Amino acid sequence: MITLAHYLILGAILFSISVVGIFLNRKNLIVLLMAIELMLLAVNINFIAFSYFLGDLAGQVFVFFILTVAAAESAIGLAILVVLFRSLKTVEVERLDQLKG
Amino acid sequence: MFINDVLFYSFSAILVLAALRVITARNPVHAALYLVLSFFSAASIWLLLEAEFLAIALVLVYVGAVMVLFLFVVMMIDLDLDRLRQGFWSNLKVALPVGLLIIFEMTAVLLRSFKMPQKAAPEMHEGLSNTEALGRVLYTDYFIAFQIAAVLLLLAMVAAIALTLRRRKDVKGQDPAMQVRVTAAERLRFAQFKPGASLPAVSDSGPSPSLPGPSGTQVGSGGPDREASSGGGAASGGKS
Repeated sequence: MITLAHYLILGAILFSISVVGIFLNRKNLIVLLMAIELMLLAVNINFIAFSYFLGDLAGQVFVFFILTVAAAESAIGLAILVVLFRSLKTVEVERLDQLKG
Repeated sequence: MFINDVLFYSFSAILVLAALRVITARNPVHAALYLVLSFFSAASIWLLLEAEFLAIALVLVYVGAVMVLFLFVVMMIDLDLDRLRQGFWSNLKVALPVGLLIIFEMTAVLLRSFKMPQKAAPEMHEGLSNTEALGRVLYTDYFIAFQIAAVLLLLAMVAAIALTLRRRKDVKGQDPAMQVRVTAAERLRFAQFKPGASLPAVSDSGPSPSLPGPSGTQVGSGGPDREASSGGGAASGGKS
């Protein structure tokens, strides 16, 4: 019997995997964006699990909006990445220090 | 019920393994493909939770659009993988304790001290499909938020285009706005001539065009460059 806790623990595992991914891929901006997508996916799993077990559709509406915002975010993030690569010829996060005083 | 358990555990295992491969894959293309796999597994889990519309939307929007965009960008830019992978596993000393701590804390909270329903709510929406029920809520209670989301998508589109648009220097093109705005004074220049006046001399050594006779005698006394100077004189005489 699968309970709500199973889904929430799955979401927690996925979330912490993406946190570890952000630590590991500190240099690679593309994989950082992918880890953020995974993190949003974990949150969405939690929302849908709560929506199912509490019988409330508001959770699914929230997931809908999170998907919208995440799509916009990744589009703009990738656009910034392309512009960055055009000027710096790299996607290393540590090279982004032009604003450093 | 048993089949549901088997499906949940298998999809969860695939999801977790694919997520682990996303963060450890050496090649970003492989990472993007594993991310596609994890989105598919998550969509299957959402189907188990009877969120059919969002499961299909996840596959269509994420796998169909966002991940293709990721793959496009990854393949377009030329990455120096050796530099990017420097010190990769040295970060694990910090990352692994933090990750395990997050899992431990969340699990402890969820399993021990959290009142939660053990089984699904009886009937979420009476006789309606998931898509229809979601649409009824979305277009009534959340209508303003829905419209703001639409504006947000438009904003993202405009921002992405404006960020990546660039004008190439080596390509000639027309700018219709500039063409419309141009005035006659910028394009047309009237040369001022006095009637009856002679043109200025072409070169200093050349004779005055209106007086061919004396210039010929001058050139004759000039010596070695006689040929060229008389040619110049003839040309300027023709112009006048």
